[in-house]
Amino acid sequence: MTVRIVGFARIRELVGAAVLERPVAPDARAGDVFAALAREFPALAGLEHSVRFVRDGAIVAASTPLRDGDELAILPPYGGG
Amino acid sequence: MVYEITETPLDVDALARAVGGEGFGAIVTFVGVVRATSDDGRSVDGLHYEAHRELALDALRTIGAEASSRFGAARVAIAHRIGDLEVGDAAVAIAVAAPHRGAAFDACEYAIDELKRRVPIWKKERYVDGDSRWRENL
Repeated sequence: MTVRIVGFARIRELVGAAVLERPVAPDARAGDVFAALAREFPALAGLEHSVRFVRDGAIVAASTPLRDGDELAILPPYGGG
Repeated sequence: MVYEITETPLDVDALARAVGGEGFGAIVTFVGVVRATSDDGRSVDGLHYEAHRELALDALRTIGAEASSRFGAARVAIAHRIGDLEVGDAAVAIAVAAPHRGAAFDACEYAIDELKRRVPIWKKERYVDGDSRWRENL
């Protein structure tokens, strides 16, 4: 199955694109997608504990199973204010 | 109440008017402004902010509702600017109305503290020397 990955801020810059589509295993969870991305883009290594994941307009846990065609947004730590 | 993520300059007076009304004896406003010097002493040329707009608005509404319920039915308005800002520009504006000043001060402080912690907005500092860095809240 395929997921559409949307990186924000630092994440977008580290992967060099606002949107990536990647094939993932049928049982892939949000955290697995990030781990695969970190293998492709080593600069992401170490960020897995500080990023947040968004699916269907809500924050979800890294353990959340994904569905084919899901859009997974990856949010780095916040810096507003 | 007013909750905004906007690319246009902030108007704290408009926020104050939005929250005020009969029975509200105090209006406290907070404006966060772009500083010329970073926390580690570098000369700042400006800031770039971006947001996950949908989630950021959800979070602002939630924080406003919490501030209201915790601090005496205060009325809260919060606006955050995104895009490219220069030194001196307002990045965030909050207005809180409450029957008395204590609750208004407390609710306003709660709102900015929680905004920095819980709202998906990101800030990149652009320095006078041409370098730039994403800056995260601790």
